[in-house]
Amino acid sequence: MTREDIIRPENLVYAKPALMNEQAMHYCPGCSHGVVHKLVAEVIEEMGMEERTIGVCPVGCAVFAYRYLDIDWEEAAHGRAPALATACKRLWPDRLVFTYQGDGDLACIGTAETIHALNRGENITIIFINNAIYGMTGGQMAPTTLMGMKTATCPYGRDPHLHGYPLHISDIAATLEGTAYVTRQSVETVAAIRRAKKAIRHAFDNSMQGRGSNLVEIVSTCSSGWKMTPEKANRWMEEHMFPYYPIGDLKDK
Amino acid sequence: MPENEEVLLLKGNEAIARAAIRCGCDGYFGYPITPQSEVLETLALLKPWETTGMVVLQAESEVAAINMLYGGGGSGKRVMTSSSSPGVALMQEGISYMAGAEIPGLIVNVQRGGPGLGTIQPSQSDYNQATRGGGNGDYNVVVLAPASVQEMADFVDLAFTLAFRYRNPVMILSDGVIGQMMEKVVLPPAKPRRTEAEIAAECPWAANGHGLRSRKPNILTSLELDPAEMEKKNLRLQAKYQQIREREVRYQTVGCDDCDYAIVAFGSAARISQKAMELARARGIRVGLFRPVTLWPFPEREVAALAARVKGILVVEINAGQMVVDVRLAAAGRVPVEHFGRLGGIVPDPDEIVDALVTKLPHA
Repeated sequence: MTREDIIRPENLVYAKPALMNEQAMHYCPGCSHGVVHKLVAEVIEEMGMEERTIGVCPVGCAVFAYRYLDIDWEEAAHGRAPALATACKRLWPDRLVFTYQGDGDLACIGTAETIHALNRGENITIIFINNAIYGMTGGQMAPTTLMGMKTATCPYGRDPHLHGYPLHISDIAATLEGTAYVTRQSVETVAAIRRAKKAIRHAFDNSMQGRGSNLVEIVSTCSSGWKMTPEKANRWMEEHMFPYYPIGDLKDK
Repeated sequence: MPENEEVLLLKGNEAIARAAIRCGCDGYFGYPITPQSEVLETLALLKPWETTGMVVLQAESEVAAINMLYGGGGSGKRVMTSSSSPGVALMQEGISYMAGAEIPGLIVNVQRGGPGLGTIQPSQSDYNQATRGGGNGDYNVVVLAPASVQEMADFVDLAFTLAFRYRNPVMILSDGVIGQMMEKVVLPPAKPRRTEAEIAAECPWAANGHGLRSRKPNILTSLELDPAEMEKKNLRLQAKYQQIREREVRYQTVGCDDCDYAIVAFGSAARISQKAMELARARGIRVGLFRPVTLWPFPEREVAALAARVKGILVVEINAGQMVVDVRLAAAGRVPVEHFGRLGGIVPDPDEIVDALVTKLPHA
């Protein structure tokens, strides 16, 4: 049997979502972004919201998310995505509005915008990629960097006396009256990917039903920033990130 | 009076709010700061979300407010914010991003004195910030300077028209005098907010999902990492600014036909200078008043022409001398150009302007 015999339409069991285009991604091997992009595209398609979606990109590795998913996008200044999304959703209540942000963007420079959009109960979803590091700028310390973890700006390890403590933004979000759904997921196994997709769908459904704001944290790897192979990064995430950022729903109103 | 018009006694800030509702504004996003908080207060009181459907939201900061403008303007909606000098300083990042991504929106600055927290009293010391871009990068925003409460109302619709015509932020640069003083205002006839189909027709570039299956995705961004592409984009922006310079200059003249000397002033300083002009004329000094209405684009050609036929120009501003630089550039050394200003929130009175005219332009 040749390769051509196998690759036939009737044998098709899986395809990439139509909203994902042919543009080659700039993400590093093993990066979680590609998987999460795909899940977002699949959910939008399954909801039939292609013509009624506004995505808001961050500053960080996902700054070019707009190149890969064929929906309408606005590219925000660093940390300000929830403010853009607030206006888009209030002005277009029948649209699906989401932001896609990393930990530096969301939990550091954009903490005010994040907390206040969530607390106002804006009917949006925030997809939050937490890889405990600034990936785009080359591996500096993030608000979510673990204690003792080495980065370019804490080369001897994160020290609370020098750098303070990691910020548990989802735990904070779960205490806010405006949030409908706060969850922490990951995408390192098939089972985890399925759970993460379900979480994104639930969050998007909530935001269309006017139930309040939604935060889907994806605990992620950054093999380049962590200086590990993709596989080792996954194991490291399980061993070190999960105890600090436990997977599961924090709030489901 | 046409049907649907309304005549009211209003503060400048209240006029802005009422004009916004009447001109089909889709959303206001702002943060309280003196001396302009009546804009948000008036909107909150009038509840336009129950009548026209206009969104009114008190943001968590001026930083958030300007980024709400980016979001809303990028989706094709008529959105605005208002603030005063320290708050507008905070907005500069967002304004630069809006200019870079070519997003329309209206920013109202009811200026107060600085630097820093400064004072809550009136000032015109944000002229440089407003007319030079204000944030990072090579860009300009269109700047309209109202000199009356009536113009506060009239410039809202004009600002939106210009913002969408050129896909660029537009600023109304007012000050604490115009924002707080009360005058009779004729509010324009109300017009409805645009429908989705009208927005789609006017803003085929907007990111709102409309008609996505039959077009390419709309992406609003100021980012371009390829220097050759980024230079092209900058040149395109510069060509747009040049077009604005050629088409959108606005100004007003009073008594300039027979004048020997001219006062150049904008906003509240122009109102006060008009009185000074009358006092000077009563003393036999033939003075005219030239008032730039657009501060950017600046009426360079008109000021140059003025400089060619007067003996001297006094620039009156409530700052330490900012617009005077533009007047000197336009006058190009043809005549003496002097500056008179008060600082720290002090508003000059007409007599001291006449004194300055006589002292600084000794032949007057």
